[in-house]
Amino acid sequence: MDAYREIILLLAATIRVAVPLVLASLAGLFSERSGVIDLGLEGKMLAAAFASAAVSATTGSAWLGLGAGIGAATLLALIIAFACLTQRGNQVVAAMAVNIMVAGLAPALALAWFEQGGQTPQLDGPGQRFLGLAWPWSQVARRHPVPGLAYAELLSGHNIIVYFAALLVPASAWVLYRTRFGLRLRAVGENPLAVDTAGISVNALRYQATLISGVLCGVAGTYISTAASAGFVRDMTAGKGYLALAALIFGKWRPYPTLAACLLFAFADAGAARLQGVVLPGIGIVPVQFIIALPYILTVLLLAGFVGVSVAPKAIGVPYSKEKA
Amino acid sequence: MRAVSRLPRWAEFGLLPLVNLCAALVISGAVIRLVGESPWAAFKLMAAGAFGSQDSVGYTLFYATDFVFTGLAVSVAYHAGLFNIGGEGQAYIGGLGVGLVGLAFGSGSPWVVVPLGIAAGCAFGAAWAFVPAWLQARRGSHIVITTIMANFIASALMTYLLVNVLIKPGQQSPETREFGPGAAMPAVHQVLARLGIKFAASPFNLASLLALVACLLVWVFLWRTRWGYALRVVGQNPRAAVYAGISPERTILVAMILSGGLAGCLGVNELMGSEHRILLDFPGGAGFVGIAVALMGRNHPVGILAASLLFGALYQGGSQLSFDMPHVNRDMVILIQGLVILFCGALENVFRAPLAALLAAAKGRSRA
Repeated sequence: MDAYREIILLLAATIRVAVPLVLASLAGLFSERSGVIDLGLEGKMLAAAFASAAVSATTGSAWLGLGAGIGAATLLALIIAFACLTQRGNQVVAAMAVNIMVAGLAPALALAWFEQGGQTPQLDGPGQRFLGLAWPWSQVARRHPVPGLAYAELLSGHNIIVYFAALLVPASAWVLYRTRFGLRLRAVGENPLAVDTAGISVNALRYQATLISGVLCGVAGTYISTAASAGFVRDMTAGKGYLALAALIFGKWRPYPTLAACLLFAFADAGAARLQGVVLPGIGIVPVQFIIALPYILTVLLLAGFVGVSVAPKAIGVPYSKEKA
Repeated sequence: MRAVSRLPRWAEFGLLPLVNLCAALVISGAVIRLVGESPWAAFKLMAAGAFGSQDSVGYTLFYATDFVFTGLAVSVAYHAGLFNIGGEGQAYIGGLGVGLVGLAFGSGSPWVVVPLGIAAGCAFGAAWAFVPAWLQARRGSHIVITTIMANFIASALMTYLLVNVLIKPGQQSPETREFGPGAAMPAVHQVLARLGIKFAASPFNLASLLALVACLLVWVFLWRTRWGYALRVVGQNPRAAVYAGISPERTILVAMILSGGLAGCLGVNELMGSEHRILLDFPGGAGFVGIAVALMGRNHPVGILAASLLFGALYQGGSQLSFDMPHVNRDMVILIQGLVILFCGALENVFRAPLAALLAAAKGRSRA
């Protein structure tokens, strides 16, 4: 019974850790399938985490915070799009610039506005955070652990962003594979010349894709600061943007495999906290740091073709120009 | 392709980076104004904090030394057409090499131990860069992604080593014991004192000479040797390189080994020169400053020296800022760093075309 309880709690933790990864990697999915490298996930999420916590702290509304988070991340997405698409600048450089700018700007503004050493105030007022929604009978269900606990912990009790992320995966798959927009988006990431020849603007499509990425990063960042924790602290995305990118690569730039990769990485993360100092039979103590590094190691191995093959969209990273094509 | 406007050399290497820097400073000034402080006063305080006294000059040069190493590391890879974002991890692992020498041979003579530490730093940094390089050259793995991943792996590895293996027994914070006296890079104020010149104490140490030598060697290598030529050809046009009998694979390996070795030297300045032990996250983002330095310095050793001095001054001045302006601290410098990368790297054509038009107009008028 205890083992069952442990497993359910571990899976519930996995879901909570996975949500920002899922949102961010789907953000990256749209951008990268259109041919724009999305290294800026980290910066866009961090900006959203700060903006949403700051607005929620001052207005008392998590929903206004969400709006601010989406606004901030979208603004950064626009900067990246302007630099990469209109100016045809280097996409990696533009994204790194945004990541570094936000790493400085967010704590700088937090320090000046809230005077708490680069954080926002604790969000503990009513309505300042996205809290878990208890589904009907979840309290009753807990009395009958099998399957009640699974119902109470895994299906019920999450905040609204978790359910949004869960719905977003099939929605993204539908948009990408079942709509005209999705077809064009995938085409522009593989062969922009063909799309251009069909009379469709390459850059307009890519602008749309990067804006979608901005909106989703905004939701992801808002989740990190106003749902998963109660306020913004310095560097709170802690590499999740890069981890989401790794999941995207691991999922071979497809929605469902990417979801699986996010869950796998989140499971490793949730498990690492529980495995601290535990002796596994036949292996001994597994260093926590090894589990933390595992997603990155796996991604490198995958990119090297040692465990399967992951092929990027063909036109990724290449600015499109009519004259040169 | 829209015609990329050509600028005369002095404008390309001098004027354009200055214009880009000004744009970055104007925006960060606007942010300082936004938080209710005077940008002019802030920049004046930063300049005073960076150059106002002997020890602040020492700190400025100490930080600049870090950035020369990481800036050169980025630029050597850049000339081969590779974007090495892994400078941070390579510097971290390089520091492990430096530190292991310091811990093992700390009682030896500095004349032997310090060069050994430099060699170990280079070797460890190069080895860490070799993995993504090999994967790029032989397996086609995108080096930007693999070097980012390598940063995280390096960070996890070093945390493991410092927490579980190298930690000084009976201590809470994950640091090693101090190196022996033989592994100390002499500080500049000590050397000057021996010559009878008084200079305030600071971590500014002889690793700065190593940085200058590295600049010179990189210049000689890139523009005065066959290998450097091959490297630049691969960077400009890999297909032409193949026709010329240059192997892009081998060149990628050479470029990244050099790049990682240069980044690895950061540990010589930080650990042998200042901290005298290995501590958690000692590179502190210097690997990323290297990107800004390389872009602003136009990937030329002279430009990198100048840009490193600028960022050394910004880092030192920025850390002094919060004493007088409680609402502004070093985070503002990170913002400036990001803006410099944006303007010098991704948005470089924004100012180039108007600048070229302006110069052409001025030339036309002087002729008429």
